[in-house]
Amino acid sequence: MSSMLELEDLKKHYSLTGGILRRKVGAVKAVDGISLVVKKGETFGLVGESGCGKTTLAKTTLRLLNPNSGNIFFDVPDEVKERIRTLQKEKKAGVELRKLRGQWDLAVFKGRKLREMRRRMQMVYQDPTRSLNPRMLVKNILLEPLVVQNIAKGSAGLKRVSEILQRVGLGDRHMYRYPHEFSGGQRQRIAIARALITTPKLVFLDEPTSSVDVSVRAQLLKLFQELHKDFDLTYLYISHDLSVVECIADRVGVMYLGKMVELARTSELYERPLHPYSIALFSAIPVPDPTFKRERVILSGEVPSPVNPPSGCRFHPRCENAMQVCQTQEPKLIDVGNEHLIACHLFSK
Amino acid sequence: MAEEQLLRIKDLDLRFYTYEGVVQALDQVKLQINDGETIGVVGETGCGKSVTGLSELNLIPPPGKIEAGKVLLLKNEQWIDLLRQRDAYLRTVRGNDISMIFQDPKSALNPVYTVRQQIAEAILHHRREELCLKLLEDSKNAVEALKQSNLSENEKAKLSNSVLSRREEQMLQRFSENRRDSFVRIASRIPFLNRFKRKFDREVRKEVVRMLKDMRIADPDRVAEMYPHELSGGMAQRAVIAMALSCNPKLLIADEPTTNLDVTVQLQILTLIKDLKKKYGMTIQYITHDMGVVAEMCERVAVMYAGNVVELGEVKEIFKNPLHPYTKALLECIPRPGMEFKSIEGFVPSLINPPEGCRFNDRCPYAMDICSSDKPKFVKPRKDHQVLCHLYVGEFE
Repeated sequence: MSSMLELEDLKKHYSLTGGILRRKVGAVKAVDGISLVVKKGETFGLVGESGCGKTTLAKTTLRLLNPNSGNIFFDVPDEVKERIRTLQKEKKAGVELRKLRGQWDLAVFKGRKLREMRRRMQMVYQDPTRSLNPRMLVKNILLEPLVVQNIAKGSAGLKRVSEILQRVGLGDRHMYRYPHEFSGGQRQRIAIARALITTPKLVFLDEPTSSVDVSVRAQLLKLFQELHKDFDLTYLYISHDLSVVECIADRVGVMYLGKMVELARTSELYERPLHPYSIALFSAIPVPDPTFKRERVILSGEVPSPVNPPSGCRFHPRCENAMQVCQTQEPKLIDVGNEHLIACHLFSK
Repeated sequence: MAEEQLLRIKDLDLRFYTYEGVVQALDQVKLQINDGETIGVVGETGCGKSVTGLSELNLIPPPGKIEAGKVLLLKNEQWIDLLRQRDAYLRTVRGNDISMIFQDPKSALNPVYTVRQQIAEAILHHRREELCLKLLEDSKNAVEALKQSNLSENEKAKLSNSVLSRREEQMLQRFSENRRDSFVRIASRIPFLNRFKRKFDREVRKEVVRMLKDMRIADPDRVAEMYPHELSGGMAQRAVIAMALSCNPKLLIADEPTTNLDVTVQLQILTLIKDLKKKYGMTIQYITHDMGVVAEMCERVAVMYAGNVVELGEVKEIFKNPLHPYTKALLECIPRPGMEFKSIEGFVPSLINPPEGCRFNDRCPYAMDICSSDKPKFVKPRKDHQVLCHLYVGEFE
C-alpha cells in the first residue's frame, strides 16, 4: 500500500507571551516532533489523554494551524520526497529546496494551492452543536464548501446536497431546517455530509462520537464504515474512547504529551502493548463483562504541563521502569519488528 | 437472602410542566436500595437516571413536580418519606444521610471560594456539635495529661495549646447547642473574645485536610487553599467527592462522576470510590451510561428507559441473561472488535407523548398486540431479577 499522508518531524508550539512588551516567555509544546505515515485506504487511530495534542496534530496537518517546522506530504511521489529529504539533510536553504517545498510540501502552501489541497482533506469536529452555524440552513451549510471550492452552484449544487444527505441517512425534507432542529446523532450526520461533499480523499474524524449515546454511537460507526468503502476514503480517527478505536482502526498510534510513544497494528497493540504508558492506558479501559478481571496498572499523579515537559523521556516521572538514561535522553521511535514502533529506552538495545 | 434495605422508591411519578407540554419524566419508578451495596443505574440520555437521583434528595427544580409516589429512607430504624418533609428537616438529611456527586466537577464547585471553604461548609452545617464537643474533650484530656510531671517541654507546649480557658469552654458549649445563639454570634466578632471561634475554625480546617488526604491528593494543605480553576479535572472530582463524604453519608449518589475524565484518571477515581466504600461502609448509587463502568463497580443494576426502570437484577445475571429486549439491544450496542456494529432501530420517544402501553413497544423486535395497549407490570421471572415486560410472567414473589 502506498502512503497517503506523511508527516515528518512536525512541530506546533503555541507561544506564551508576558510582560508589557508581550515578549515570548515560553511555549506550549502541543505537537513536538511527530513523524507518521498514513497509508492509502486505511483507518488510522490516534489515541491519548486530553491535552496530549491529538486535535492540534489534526488541525496542523490540515493547515488550520501553521506548523513551526516539519514537512507534510500529501499524495507526493516518492522521488520528490526523497529529493527534499536529501536537500534538507545537507542543510542548505537553496532555491531548489524552496521551489520543491512550495510545490509539494503542504506545510508551506499558501493561497490557491492551499485551498485546492483542502478540498482533498476534510475534518469532522467533536461537537456538532458548535461546529454547525446555528443561523444557517442545512442546505446552505452543505452548499458553502461547493461554492468556496468552486465545484457547483445553484441547482447543480442543490442536487449534490440532496445526494449527499441521502447518503448519510437524511433526506430532502431536512434541507430547509436549522441545526437546532436535529438530534445529536443527526447533527453529526450533517457534519459528516459537509466534510464529504467536496469528495475528499482523507477525512479527519476528531472524536465524532463523544457527545452521543451508545445506541447512536453504533449507528454512526456503522455509517463511517459504509462511507469508507463507498467513497474510497482514508480516515484518521482521533479518540480517547479506546474500545471504539479498537473496532474501527487498522493501525493505532498512542500519543503522550505531544509525542508519539507507540504505533502498531490494532490487534498487535491491544493484545501486546509494550510502552509502559500504553500498558497503563489499555489496562484502564473498563470491560463490559462483570466476570472479567484483569491486572490494572494505576498511574500515579497527573499528566505534566506541556509548557515544561520533563527532560528525557516525557513519561519518566510516572514510569515504573524508569532508568537513569530516561531522565536525560529522549528515546527515539524505533521498529521492534512486525511494524511495531515504540519510543522507549527499554527497547532501544 | 433478606438484605437490609436502606431506601425504597415507590411508584414515583415526575412531571415537568414545560411550554411544549407535560413531560412525563418518570413513570411509576420502583427501586429498592440495599444497605451496603453498589447499585448501578444505566440508560441513555433523557431516560430519567439523574432525576431519579435528584428525587431521592427532593431536589427537583421547577417546572418539575413529583406527582405521586414515595421515597422512603430508613433513619433511626424508622421509614421516613422524604417527599413529605419540611425543608428544615430535609437539610439535615442532605449531605448528612444522602449526598450526591455531580457529573461535571468544575461546574459543581463555586469558582469564588477556595476548596477548603466549600468543603468546610458541609462540615460546619452538619458536624458543628460533634467538633465542639471534640474540642472540649481534647481540652479536658490535655488538662489531665499536664498534671503528670514526666513530660518534655515540647509535649507540654503541644498540650497546653489545646487547653481552653473557661470563657472559651462556655462559648463552645453554647455554640454546640445552638448555631444561631446571638451571644456567640456577637462574641465571635469581638477581638480576644473570638478565640474560641478561631480554635473551632482550626479544627474544621484540620478535618478538611484530613478528608483531602483520604482522597489521595498529594499535598492536601496546598490544595485546600486553591480555587477550583487551579485544579485539573481529576483533582476537582476528588474535591467534590471529599465534600460529599465529609459528613459520612449512608448513601452516596454518584451521577456520572467520571464521564468527562480520561480513562487513566477514571480508573484512579473508580479505585478511590471503591476503597472509600470499604473504608466508610456506605451504600453507592452509581448513575452512568457506560456499561463497562457498571460491570466494574456495581453489584446490582437498574436499567432505565424513557422514565421507567425496565430491568433490575444482579450485575452478572443482567450481563449474562438480559431479559428485557431493551437491555439486550443496549448490550449489543457495545462495540466489540471483529463484530459488526449493531444499533437500536428508531429513536427514543418524546416523553411529552410517550407511546401507549409499554414505552419501548415501537422499537421492540418482540412487540405483541398487548404491548401497545397495556402497561406491563414489574414481574420477577427469576430470583433477584425483575423485569418490566409482557414477555415474562412472575414466578417468584
